[in-house]
Amino acid sequence: MSHDHSSLFPEVMPAAPEKATLEGKNKFFGQWFFLGGETVLFASLFGTYLALKNSTAGGPSTDELFGLGLVFLMTMLLLTSSLTSVYAMYHMRNNDFKKMYLWLGITGLLGIGFLACEIYEFAHYITEYGFSFRSSAFGSAFYALVGFHGGHVLFGICWLTTLLIRNAKRGLNLYNAPKFNTFSLFWHFIDVVWVFIFTVVYLMGKVG
Amino acid sequence: MTDNSNDQTEVFKRQKSKEEMQRQLISFGLMIVFTLIAFAIVATDTVDRIYILPILFIMAIVQAGFQFYYFMHLKDKGHEMPALLIYGGVWAAFLTLAGLMVISWW
Repeated sequence: MSHDHSSLFPEVMPAAPEKATLEGKNKFFGQWFFLGGETVLFASLFGTYLALKNSTAGGPSTDELFGLGLVFLMTMLLLTSSLTSVYAMYHMRNNDFKKMYLWLGITGLLGIGFLACEIYEFAHYITEYGFSFRSSAFGSAFYALVGFHGGHVLFGICWLTTLLIRNAKRGLNLYNAPKFNTFSLFWHFIDVVWVFIFTVVYLMGKVG
Repeated sequence: MTDNSNDQTEVFKRQKSKEEMQRQLISFGLMIVFTLIAFAIVATDTVDRIYILPILFIMAIVQAGFQFYYFMHLKDKGHEMPALLIYGGVWAAFLTLAGLMVISWW
């Protein structure tokens, strides 16, 4: 390569390696801007769900459909994965590449666990209750909202896997530190959305 | 900078991030507690129906606040622009929700 990249590999890592370069700063702002947009996108899906949740077309209601046990397990998995990603960023700032990788790996595994529960949940609704995307307006709104969140989790897992494979032999430097931090912000945001899903969809669905 | 002062900076840095880690662990503990309370009041059906929805909603907002301010470092300095961006998003989200609620419930 013709460019001089030596500035990306300093002898002493700065306190905040994710924001030490212009590209890092841009990624940081860009990601927050993106998350601001995502907030609106999820708000429109939440609004649609709230408007249509009682249009069951004779199918099962939210109270009959949802079980709290599985949702509680999913909440714990995702909340814990948020903490493990905090640990990963803690080790990134202490320039401990191996520990950062360990915690990011655990984060990914917890995410896979969450996704497996969600797939089981959807399959259960379809096979036991015949409740699908097409069965009612409630069905469409439910799968659009919860499925879109699950899609974000799936995307996050693919993103993390790619990062972990691509950077496995590089060690931590100012080129890849912003990438890990950007992923971590995304992952926390997914948990924020899930907090509102378990509250608005499942818990409030149980209350009626 | 001599090696000694470099070490001190390093010690200070680690001390700071250790304190930050403690705050994040407390946030995590509180989020778990809020989640447990939310599931418990719905599962046991002990709270009056009129109060359940606002209680659940307030606890969700507090949890989201912990995520944003502690886990995503929105409270740290240098986060004025991200705060503006996310609150802009929250404002537009509020308008979207209010709009959809009004046209379906009016």
